[in-house]
Amino acid sequence: MIEQFLVRASSYARDVDNLVLLVTVLVGVWFLIAEAILFWLIFRWRAKDGVPAQYLTGKEKHVKKWINIPHYFIIAFDVVIIVAAVSVWVTIKQTLPPADETVRVVGRQWVWTFQHPGADGKLDTADDIRTTDDLHVVANKTYHFELQSEDVLHSFFIPVFRVKHDAIPGRTIVGWFKPTMTGKHDVLCAEICGIGHGVMGGTVYIETPEQHAAWVAEHTTVAEPDPAAAGADSSATTTN
Amino acid sequence: MAEHTLEQAHAGAGHGHPKQSFFHKYLWSTDHKMIALQYTFTGMALAMIGAFMAYVFRMQLAFPGASVPGYGVVSPGEYNALVTNHGSIMIFWVAMPVLIAGFGNFLIPLMVGCDDMVFPRINRLSYQIFLLSALILLVSLFVPGGGFGGAWTAYPPLAAVAKYNLTPWGSILWLLAVALEFVAFLLGGINFITTAMNSRAPGMKAFDVPIVVWMIVVASLLFMASVGPLIAGAVMMMFDKTIGTGFFNPAKGGDPVLWQHLFWFFGHPEVYVVFLPAIGIVAEIITVFARKKMFGYKMVIYTTIATGVLSFFVWAHHQFVAGIDPRMANVFTVTTVLISIPVGEMLFVYIATLYGGSIRLATPMLWALAFIAEFLIGGVTGIYLGASGADIFFHDTYFVVAHFHYTFFPIAIIAVFAGLSYWFPKMFGRMMNDTLGKIHFWGTIIPFNFIFIPMFILGLAGEHRRIFDYTNFPELATPGLQALRITSTVALVVMLLFQFVFLINFIWSLRRGPKAGKNPWKANTLEWTTESPPPHGNWQEMPVVHRGPYEYSVPGHPTDYWPQNEPGEAHS
Amino acid sequence: MSDVKTIATQRSAMNIPTGRLAVWWVLVSEIVIFGGILASYTMHRMAHADWAEQAAHTNMWIGAFNTFVLLTSSLFAVLAHQAAEKGNGKKASRLLWMTIGGGAVFLTVKSFEWTGEIRHGFTIQSSGFWSYYYTAAGVHAFHVIAGMCLMAWVAGTAAKNQELHRVENVGIYWHFVDIVWIFLFPLLYIAK
Repeated sequence: MIEQFLVRASSYARDVDNLVLLVTVLVGVWFLIAEAILFWLIFRWRAKDGVPAQYLTGKEKHVKKWINIPHYFIIAFDVVIIVAAVSVWVTIKQTLPPADETVRVVGRQWVWTFQHPGADGKLDTADDIRTTDDLHVVANKTYHFELQSEDVLHSFFIPVFRVKHDAIPGRTIVGWFKPTMTGKHDVLCAEICGIGHGVMGGTVYIETPEQHAAWVAEHTTVAEPDPAAAGADSSATTTN
Repeated sequence: MAEHTLEQAHAGAGHGHPKQSFFHKYLWSTDHKMIALQYTFTGMALAMIGAFMAYVFRMQLAFPGASVPGYGVVSPGEYNALVTNHGSIMIFWVAMPVLIAGFGNFLIPLMVGCDDMVFPRINRLSYQIFLLSALILLVSLFVPGGGFGGAWTAYPPLAAVAKYNLTPWGSILWLLAVALEFVAFLLGGINFITTAMNSRAPGMKAFDVPIVVWMIVVASLLFMASVGPLIAGAVMMMFDKTIGTGFFNPAKGGDPVLWQHLFWFFGHPEVYVVFLPAIGIVAEIITVFARKKMFGYKMVIYTTIATGVLSFFVWAHHQFVAGIDPRMANVFTVTTVLISIPVGEMLFVYIATLYGGSIRLATPMLWALAFIAEFLIGGVTGIYLGASGADIFFHDTYFVVAHFHYTFFPIAIIAVFAGLSYWFPKMFGRMMNDTLGKIHFWGTIIPFNFIFIPMFILGLAGEHRRIFDYTNFPELATPGLQALRITSTVALVVMLLFQFVFLINFIWSLRRGPKAGKNPWKANTLEWTTESPPPHGNWQEMPVVHRGPYEYSVPGHPTDYWPQNEPGEAHS
Repeated sequence: MSDVKTIATQRSAMNIPTGRLAVWWVLVSEIVIFGGILASYTMHRMAHADWAEQAAHTNMWIGAFNTFVLLTSSLFAVLAHQAAEKGNGKKASRLLWMTIGGGAVFLTVKSFEWTGEIRHGFTIQSSGFWSYYYTAAGVHAFHVIAGMCLMAWVAGTAAKNQELHRVENVGIYWHFVDIVWIFLFPLLYIAK
């Protein structure tokens, strides 16, 4: 159902979508039956001249079974849904597959900034690439994200990955995703963060290894500033 | 101060009260019926304000940047204030006062067969504090900086730190208004619980009490047992806002997630606090209009208590992606999905009550049945959100908004119209017009679905909440999705226009409606055994009860109803 | 002001007088308020080892003295209830005033205690520990003041031998305020 609107661009997107489909089928069946019975009863038992209503105390087995039997089915379906939900949750939130790369995602009023590891593949080294709004990742690589906030609560949401987590000031939250197809998609902030919440968005560029290498080469930070130049050449280039 | 306390003589007519001044009768009354009307009318007035806010922000969403007729251009800060106060008003100043304090105050003494509440002066005080809270809330919208815009959930640090929210006075007054509203309902709750427990008519055993009274009592108990931690949190948040403490500010060693726990520990039982009175109203109506005994009165009570208890153990499903320990999320998925069982059971008993009935589709019954049909949608869509793996996607999207409107709208609007159309004759002594009632009904229900079904779809498309303009996000700015937003807005405008039918019906019927007798619906509960409207003191002679409230269509009985106070064989 | 007692007030289908029933329900809601504050404090205290350093500056002897004062005042409240049961409104009223006196001593001691702490730089903003310390004890003190006002009102009516059942009910409230302090004392003063 979600896939009608959003491609499945991560390795666990299909798991989330399948869970949604499972809930739809198991719950939808009961929903349709309950509504049908409700409307049928209204129609069937509408007031007719000379026909009094029946006096039923709630102990009558022939009516009670219509409550008891659905009851047991619902418990069974609930168990199935719980197991499926926990399984998807454990995959996304309780496992951390080893990272091919780590990116830092920082939210602040009202912009996302990203810190990419640069050519050496390591975060927090001199060649890191810092961007505003734009996240660049490679398809089929596993990423860890280190999620932070500088001020209020934000929430890092990439719909096509089906990933979301709140960014909490004072903490670093670690999560993961593995993009599975190239493309350019929205990054959203999913926690109200002030008057600029409505303009706080970004873009994730999922690239082929070649595209990504070209981007890294173009934007990578220069190693050391020239001490003779009085700050004219900046050492850390912040680009889009 | 002369005090006299005779059991039978206190009926207003035989008592020799001096004629009350306008002030004493309408503004300073301790009579539960007058206080009920005060709460109800105040709630209805605030509903109009909350609805206007919805109109404004939905117009902004349908036509971003355009000037909204009757308001002007909506700025981003104003948008946030509108959605924040729309939510706060509808829950705290509409649903709670009308369902609990309005119907509770009116019905409880009448349905248990006594003359007023146990503590009439505390009752009056509770309304006065409530009114004060409403006025402070309204003032908060107009102070320098504007109204509070941090959502009704008020998560810190945004809500607690003025340099982040930019609405210092709005935030403080909003929080003060909410805190006072809590105090008002704590005071009111004491009356509802004590009166229903202790002041029952002779012969009225616990299982002879009408379901709606049980529901309001359990709701009051839930409220009293759950609001405490949030009051503690509100004190802490107020200190953060005003004197620079850091309970919730990580920069000062605090924890923003603590607020969330304190808020939702209350917040989840709170939705049952409003759900129970609503479904209680539905019980009274479907039994009368199907002429049938409730199919499983005791089952309804047991599932209500089970739901109430379970509701304390589900709160963190609002916080799956908020930074809680991921292992805890699994516990809350289990409890949240399982709470559907007692609630579902209750709904099945209601539906089963229709079986074998003789159903008359008068206006109150239409509303009561619509409650069940629409609430089912709300209930089942909650499962998507309780399933943690799916909630990762759905949290903070319009899927949530659609889900809670499919629960809250039946609770705060459908059940209220059901109750008003049903008890209007008792409250005011006249009948409402049934044709206008039906026009209003269809003009509300059909558009309602067209407002919120598009939001389920928008949620599936990943549309996040509390955003004033989706043109900033390419995947959400498509013409197809915008068409859904416009549909929603147009449906809302249509629905709001039909509310004038209700207002006209209500006001016209107050003055010119055909006179209602004591018991126009031929119902069993005690309120229908006295005048319409009931006099001060409710009865000349207090009733005595002989049976339960739902003895309809008893075989062998000359009429298809059997009021609780009419003598006859012992309890069935 | 209504000069007639409603029939509702006098019935007791649960065989408990309405006033007492109401007070117990009030206490339920109060338990969760204090429960919320103290649970939050306790969890944060356990997560912050450095708070123990701050907590070392509370004065356990003052805290203990105030505990003794409140317990004694509760004793007077019990004696007041006994007098009321015997129909002796004047005696009940006197004993309630002694309870109020205990409350006054408690608050006086507390104001000296807080003044001293604030002068030493331990303000409500100075650390998480002190934020909880002043907030928890402050909310408690607010309830002490409210209790004193209620008791004064009840004592006034009781002296005229009227509404003597209220003496027991206000006593129940006062015992609760006492018990909250019994929890606060170890959490704020003894745990170091």
